[in-house]
Amino acid sequence: MTQDELLHLKLLAIELRKKLLTMIVSGGGGHTGGSLSCIDILVSLYFHALRIDPVDPESPGRDRFVMSKGHSAEALFCVLAEAGFFPEAELASYGSFGSRLYGHPTMGVPGVEMPTGALGHGLSIGVGMALAAQRDGVANRCFVLMGDGELAEGSVWEAAMAASHYRLDNLVGIVDNNGLQISGKTGDVMGLSPLAERWSAFGWAVEELDGNDIGGLASALDRLPARTGAPTLILAHTIKGKGVSFMENQASWHHGAPTAQQLGQALRELEAAAAGLRAAV
Amino acid sequence: MSAPGFGSRQAFARGLLDEARANPSIYVVTSDARGSASLGEFARALPRQFVEAGIAEQDAVGIGAGLARSGKRVFVVGPACFYSARCVEQVKNDVAYAGLDVKIVGVSGGVSYGALGGTHHSLNDVALYRTVPNLSVIVPSDSAQAELVARHLSRSSGPAYVRMGRFQIPDSYAPGEASFAFGKAGLLRDGTDCAILSCGEALHRALSAAAELSSRGVSCAVLDLPTIKPLDEEAVLRAARLCGAVVTVEEHYARGGLGGAVAELLAERLPTPMRILGFPDSYLPSGSSDELFSHCGLDAEGIAKSVAAFLASLDKAGAP
Repeated sequence: MTQDELLHLKLLAIELRKKLLTMIVSGGGGHTGGSLSCIDILVSLYFHALRIDPVDPESPGRDRFVMSKGHSAEALFCVLAEAGFFPEAELASYGSFGSRLYGHPTMGVPGVEMPTGALGHGLSIGVGMALAAQRDGVANRCFVLMGDGELAEGSVWEAAMAASHYRLDNLVGIVDNNGLQISGKTGDVMGLSPLAERWSAFGWAVEELDGNDIGGLASALDRLPARTGAPTLILAHTIKGKGVSFMENQASWHHGAPTAQQLGQALRELEAAAAGLRAAV
Repeated sequence: MSAPGFGSRQAFARGLLDEARANPSIYVVTSDARGSASLGEFARALPRQFVEAGIAEQDAVGIGAGLARSGKRVFVVGPACFYSARCVEQVKNDVAYAGLDVKIVGVSGGVSYGALGGTHHSLNDVALYRTVPNLSVIVPSDSAQAELVARHLSRSSGPAYVRMGRFQIPDSYAPGEASFAFGKAGLLRDGTDCAILSCGEALHRALSAAAELSSRGVSCAVLDLPTIKPLDEEAVLRAARLCGAVVTVEEHYARGGLGGAVAELLAERLPTPMRILGFPDSYLPSGSSDELFSHCGLDAEGIAKSVAAFLASLDKAGAP
């Protein structure tokens, strides 16, 4: 990736942070912290790695993306609109009666592969998609984004076993490891450590990186599969609420809407960050 | 009569294998149940269309959904006791809410596992799954019909739950006359005093009870309702109107199953005196499937007795 492309994606991630915050405010609520933590991952996927066509969202040869942490729907919707799956104007319908933009992804939204929101489902679905591609001898890949709190669901580990059993090197799990969940620190609610070692022990090739660094993410996504014959797990260390000073690392921002004043401050901070990036060029 | 030991699950597996040979997009997913679901031959013959998930029903249903989202027609098959409990959230969200082409097939359902006890009985599966929107519920009544259900589902899209038993049972339909039409009841016996509505492996017991009652001058119609959702409402209303008394018989708790579905319909559309015969709201003693049916008054003799007492309470013709 060129420096220009990287700058473009970084600025895009900032722009999408502004959009999702505005959407959450206008919709009256949303999963703010986790949407901000995973937006760099989504940008790296949708605008760098995924082989998808917004004009033909059901194309059989497409890469699949399953948003297993479905509560970060606001981030996904902003990314899908930006990618051209549906008109950006529709984002304004979020939170209003009859909108197809629920608080979690549903099948009616172009670009959404599966309805998610009940945690611990996405990786099994990803195993099924990757297995279908493997058996059909086609090259499409499947990416599944999970939250770290989600990993307490036992079904995740059932799927982790199956993925390595079937040597699904076309399957990529990504953990948005922001270290917080609704009740507090993930390590206090239910310890996951040592997380990288646990995935390794389940037969996955583990890549550990800064999940808010688009350059690092893109580079890891360029090197897939991390190991031939094994599924890849990207353990993406992120900051919940990333990009907004008063939201960063605060479990209280797991869900909620900023006040008008807080939104103003958040947008100013994000604009300043964008200006800083441009100035550095 | 089928060959000895040839039950609904074997017949279903035979039909499915035959259909899958002709349609490579048909997949079977199971959870260490290829033996209990009679899928050994399928696994050997069509390994590319067979997925073993290990003892992990949640994963099996999720994998099935992922396969279906990639264009496969998927049958997730295993014991009904597990597939109507462990993975209900996956069935609701990943199959029914997503609207994917996944059929959940529960074998050895009801009290098939007999003395294995309450962990292995599935007596609320119909109650549970018929309240999930976008999910059909089918309970085939004999092995010939089970094979027809497999063939029907192999050629139709969309989510479904199928429940079958474990053993060879008497055929309810005469040789060559078995039928299955999705959403349609089958009339197996005409009668005017009472309409007996049944499904699954309770049906042959209901038929025997009707024959016994006939010898005592009680005229019972017997309807087979293999599709519980969507229910053949017109057939049920017609039978209720004709007989003025309805009894349902099923291998399920008396609450929430076929009887519940019929009661909901009749209460709103055609209030009719009714009895619901099924298993009590309790855990059962140790015993074989047949022994448990008898213990709960669900063998032919018990059904006949309940129907006669019901009709007597209504002062209906033919009642003793």
